[in-house]
Amino acid sequence: MVRRLRRLRGPYVRDALGIALATGIYGVSFGVLSVSAGLSVAQTCAMSLLVFTGASQFAVVGVLAAGGSVPTAMGNALLLAARNAAYGFVVAPVLKTSRLMRAVAAHLVIDESTAMARSQDNDDDAKGAFWTTGLAVFVLWNLGTAAGALAGQAFAEPAALGLDAMFPAAFVALLAPQLRQAGAVPAAVAGAVIALALLPFAPPGIPVLTAALAVFVGVAAAKR
Amino acid sequence: MSWSALLILAVAGYALKALGPLLLGDRRPSETVARALALLAVPLLAALVVVQTVGVADRMVIDARLPAVAVAALLVWRGAPFLVVVLAAAAVAAGLRAVL
Repeated sequence: MVRRLRRLRGPYVRDALGIALATGIYGVSFGVLSVSAGLSVAQTCAMSLLVFTGASQFAVVGVLAAGGSVPTAMGNALLLAARNAAYGFVVAPVLKTSRLMRAVAAHLVIDESTAMARSQDNDDDAKGAFWTTGLAVFVLWNLGTAAGALAGQAFAEPAALGLDAMFPAAFVALLAPQLRQAGAVPAAVAGAVIALALLPFAPPGIPVLTAALAVFVGVAAAKR
Repeated sequence: MSWSALLILAVAGYALKALGPLLLGDRRPSETVARALALLAVPLLAALVVVQTVGVADRMVIDARLPAVAVAALLVWRGAPFLVVVLAAAAVAAGLRAVL
């Protein structure tokens, strides 16, 4: 127990709580947008509890709000969630725990917990930072979602509030930190061009799904 | 959106997260595959920005969303918090619509 408490004073705890607080506010935005897009409060809260990966959740409600079908919304969300698989491979070696706890840890594999684990200089701190960040973000993301979903019900006319501009603005904010990876800028440009070119011809959701192919542009650019 | 669709999304999303910690043991993907998985979000998010800024169903429409997203991009670049970015975009779009 004493060891646990000492661990909670780890150098990463303050950062983890700061990140969690910011994520909670971002959860409020998700809750508002999700109920405005037509999901119930219960579905909105269930998605944050069970899916728990912000960009994918925004993609689902964003595509549905823009008139896309459920399968294209889910396709977009899962392609966005593929990066969590890459994160899982990054954090797996430092987890060193029982199978049950690794199953719990897997649910917490997201942008924030992985970034915090990566920024520590030893495996013990990486493990502590992963759990602290993951759990703190999980709690505040879900509290934020519930608060936003309940508040969002009060808006009678979401379009008048500029809801349709909030989604692309949210995607800009989600994209910006991802652009630091090697090859990311060419991939982003190619993805945008593909989507824009297909927009007049393809059903809603398909231009974005097809834009995933631009990942090859990014991988090729990163290799040079 | 149905509850069954939501549950499928939850299970598939969890499976992706669990590949490393739970399912594949010590096996690791090649560096190229890992990089592709990590990069996949980038073109998708860029495409979502474009389509949701100038798209309406299957048409291109320039309206209040474009200046709103431009303001949002400026705020992101200046390091503004997420909620500020999103609310500013909404305010610009709603404001322009009220005036025009």
